[in-house]
Amino acid sequence: MVNKTWFDICAEQDLTLDSGVCALFDDEQVAIFKCSGDEDLFAISNFDPIGEANVLSRGIVGSIGEKRVVSSPLFKQHFCLKTGECLEEADMNLKTYDIRSHQGTIQLSHKAVG
Amino acid sequence: MNQQIVNKQDRKRVVVIGNGMVGHRFIENLVDANDANQYEIVTFSEEPRLAYDRVQLSSYFTGSTAEDLSLTSEANYTANNVNYTLSDKVVSIDRTAKTYCTEKGLTESYDVLVLATGSFPFVPPIPGNDQQHCHVYRTIDDLDAITASAQDSKTGVVVGGGLLGLEAANALKELQLDTHIVEFAPRLMAVQLDEGGGNLLRRKIERLGLTIHTEKATENIQPGENHRYRMNFADGSHLETDMIVFSAGIRPQDELAKQCDLTMGERGGIVVDNQCKTSDPNIYAVGECALWEGRIYGLVAPGYQMAKVAAAQIAGHQDEFTGADMSTKLKLLGVDVASIGDAHGQTEGCQSFIYQDDLNQIYKRLIISKSGKKLLGVVLVGETENYGPLLQIMLNGIKLPNKPESLILPDSDGSGGGIGVEALPDAAQICSCYDVSKGQIGSAVENGCMNLGDIKTATEASTGCGGCAALVKQVVDNKLASLGIEVNNDICEHFAYSRQELADIIRVKEVKTFSDLLTSHGKGFGCEICKPAVGSILASYWNEHILKSDHLPLQDTNDVFLANMQKDGTYSVIPRIPGGEITPEKLIVIGEVAKEFSLYTKITGGQRIDLFGAQMHELPLIWKKLIDAGFETGHAYGKALRTVKSCVGSTWCRFGVQDSVGEAIRIEERYRGLRSPHKLKMAVSGCTRECAEAQSKDVGIIATEKGWNLFVCGNGGMRPRHADLFATDIDTATLIRYIDRFLMFYVRTADRLQRTSVWLENLDGGLEYLKQVIIEDSLGICGELEAEMTSLVDTYECEWKATIEDEQKLKRFNHFINADNKDSNVIFVSERDQKRPATKDERSKLEGVAN
Ligand code: SRM
Ligand SMILES: Cc1cc2nc3c(=O)[nH]c(=O)nc-3n(C[C@H](O)[C@H](O)[C@H](O)COP(=O)(O)OP(=O)(O)OC[C@H]3O[C@@H](n4cnc5c(N)ncnc54)[C@H](O)[C@@H]3O)c2cc1C
Ligand code: SF4
Ligand code: FES
Repeated sequence: MVNKTWFDICAEQDLTLDSGVCALFDDEQVAIFKCSGDEDLFAISNFDPIGEANVLSRGIVGSIGEKRVVSSPLFKQHFCLKTGECLEEADMNLKTYDIRSHQGTIQLSHKAVG
Repeated sequence: MNQQIVNKQDRKRVVVIGNGMVGHRFIENLVDANDANQYEIVTFSEEPRLAYDRVQLSSYFTGSTAEDLSLTSEANYTANNVNYTLSDKVVSIDRTAKTYCTEKGLTESYDVLVLATGSFPFVPPIPGNDQQHCHVYRTIDDLDAITASAQDSKTGVVVGGGLLGLEAANALKELQLDTHIVEFAPRLMAVQLDEGGGNLLRRKIERLGLTIHTEKATENIQPGENHRYRMNFADGSHLETDMIVFSAGIRPQDELAKQCDLTMGERGGIVVDNQCKTSDPNIYAVGECALWEGRIYGLVAPGYQMAKVAAAQIAGHQDEFTGADMSTKLKLLGVDVASIGDAHGQTEGCQSFIYQDDLNQIYKRLIISKSGKKLLGVVLVGETENYGPLLQIMLNGIKLPNKPESLILPDSDGSGGGIGVEALPDAAQICSCYDVSKGQIGSAVENGCMNLGDIKTATEASTGCGGCAALVKQVVDNKLASLGIEVNNDICEHFAYSRQELADIIRVKEVKTFSDLLTSHGKGFGCEICKPAVGSILASYWNEHILKSDHLPLQDTNDVFLANMQKDGTYSVIPRIPGGEITPEKLIVIGEVAKEFSLYTKITGGQRIDLFGAQMHELPLIWKKLIDAGFETGHAYGKALRTVKSCVGSTWCRFGVQDSVGEAIRIEERYRGLRSPHKLKMAVSGCTRECAEAQSKDVGIIATEKGWNLFVCGNGGMRPRHADLFATDIDTATLIRYIDRFLMFYVRTADRLQRTSVWLENLDGGLEYLKQVIIEDSLGICGELEAEMTSLVDTYECEWKATIEDEQKLKRFNHFINADNKDSNVIFVSERDQKRPATKDERSKLEGVAN
């Protein structure tokens, strides 16, 4: 098995609980969220495919049923933070990333393909 | 346009016999189709008044007047050239001569006849049934007679335990009589309910103190010993009473048809075809007198459909009556009862689910097809919440969920149970009284109807029996949500409270953070609905900076970045310009800032200036310059006070009687920053010419010779509403006191995203009540309200000033947390010498060039 490569983004303390920031990672805009609850870090694409703008890190996070979601600040659709699926429009899926906090630093990595 | 003119002699004479609910509806439909004035419309009513709402007849006992019930007026008929005769009955028809005669001796001709004679109450042929205090329950005159009898009666009996019988019983109870119901069948509402439902209904009604006698056949009515009459039953028992109301079913009023030999049903009723034509092609029959495929429909909705079909037919259009559904939902004697489709489970091979809750007195039965896929019938007693969706499943043959029983089981997981309205096809009929489909309601919403009131006006949905109201609301909410419009509802899946309730909890329990509120009163992790709502309530009461880290995650992006997000993710900047007054120096600063950051500049509809196209990282830089020049935030992003518009007033204007600009500025500075359920707009005009349009604002002030007139609860926007005059000729101190109280009372009691106009419309007691609370202090809270406002005014700070002074807060304004780059997706082009976001086409061209 190949070792996963992690990239440092910022200090965990730079994040505000229950809100998002945008990170530049491998030339891609990634929305990073730190949430209350057990599973707390999420990373999805920052591009809202419906509003067609880089804004998802600026949405409100919360839950719909069991799913942790962010709501687009433009037209309020919900995107699942874990899977990237859009709850309102089935064909609008976001790319997701692996994220972790390692010794106080937030790190991102591409999802393993396959 | 080439107006078609028809000679009076050439016009077809359409004569409507009977001006009840259906006859009237027919006339309405024909008037609508009669723009070329091709018909002469004539109607006769045996009753002394034009059509009224028989369905709501019982409300006559609870305060409605004959006028409230009326469906039209003589003036309206006259205006539409409808020729009417009251208190006269058509007694014969000569089909060969095409004439008719009335009781009072009129003989006239017709081209087309419409029989809308309705039905009459069936009175069983019991000896003694025609005495003075024996009544029926069908007309306003009947109700007057019942009221008169009740005045010297102690006990009353209703013969018949069907739907109308129970309504009559309720009326007797309202008239303070000791009320009994005598029914021939073994249970109540035998037509609509199965045994389980009927039994529960009986228990519930008995608990209200009514006495029910089932399986009783009355043999005769004789003088009583303790009461006026004695009813003797076939089983040897008897009952004494002072008055009797017969409600043992209806019979079609078909005398006339019989007299002129139209084809009749075996047990009465005028036979009609799918076009509502009788056996004579010049005669139609509609409503309760018509027999279609062997059925009489005793409900108003099918009658209305017939009226529509007959009118279309006469006007030369195609339309067909294809039967109607007889499902019903009612509140009888305070008990919710509903029956859908095959309530008795008579369909071959059908199966049932029954849910019975003795504790809460609820009975529900679901009758489904042999295959388990289709819903055939439903009985609901005690709780009818799911009537709408269930009816739609049945009518549209929607496939049942895997566990059909979930449709009647209590909703333990809060998921709402049943099917959502989104599953319904657009053709699904939502309101059967007015034949309004889901699609029609949807288009009304698209055309700007935002709430039930608007929908009622536009489509007539829910203005008949009202049974569809809950469903109409769901369709509207669903549609609004799908259009991305914020629905004015109570809160969301995370809190089972309305905004007002949450506000009370927060105020009374002094809750200071969202997470505390979620732990004590909610579940899940919140969402974009409850978070900003709670954020706004917290701000209304405790007025802490909204970007304090506890509150930050609660705010919409507009509030987080203290600016309005635009379509491309950039923001607009609106500094406050109180009263619209601005110095040349400040104007120049705005110009300079706009130039430096290359911002699109526009005068807004609110007397100030909007700068568009700022990127997130530029916001603090822009605001630093504006604040240094003495500007402060304009709160264009918040649910807060927007602007106080002013006219130039007495300072310059030759008509002005007070300093409207000065007052507007004082008011804007007092209430700036106030967070509220929805945005607030105000205006001050210097005289009655009203150049500031104060009467279209939440708070409007108009100068008078003696002081100020205060108007409240107006707005423009999607549903404009003129403000109501609240107080006249008050001095400035009183003005401020009233506004303080008014605003805090609104903050306390309004729903999420409810403008003051809608809030007032929903306030019990309306404007008068509001005046009592605010002017007379009827609740004794004015002191509190004023103190709350004073504390808010005292703790005001400009959010932008506080932000640019705080390193920690400024960090948020970088597009990337780990790089200084800008968002490469933001692309502008130039138009009329300013920039604007590139369109999709322009964007792809520009990117093509770049690549
Ligand atoms: C900028 C402006 C249009 C303009 O170029 O003139 C404007 C722009 C917006 N209006 Fe407005 N409205 C503006 C004056 C008005 C007016 C006229 C007025 O205030 O005299 C009205 C009708 C009057 C009224 O509200 O009673 C108005 C009725 C609305 C409504 C409908 C409100 C309603 O109750 O029906 C919305 C939607 C909402 O608030 O939910 C809205 C919402 C908006 C939003 C916030 C929509 C959005 O979410 O992007 C726009 C954002 C402004 C921005 O990005 O800065 N805007 N809007 C005006 C700003 C005035 C100001 O100086 O603050
Ligand atoms: C108390 C009560 C409650 C009801 N509740 C409901 C309900 O909740 N839901 C529902 O769907 N339905 C309800 N109904 C039934 C509904 O009112 C009728 O279906 C509806 O009124 C039928 O309309 P129509 O025009 O056919 O008959 P009607 O409204 O009875 O009108 C017929 C009119 O014609 C007049 N007339 C008859 N013969 C002549 C003649 N020869 N010359 C001149 N005039 C004549 C009559 O006097 C009468 O005014 C209720 C009825 C009553 C009495
Ligand atoms: S309302 Fe009109 S007329 Fe009156 S002072 Fe203002 S500008 Fe003048
Ligand atoms: S179904 Fe009767 S009003 Fe809509």
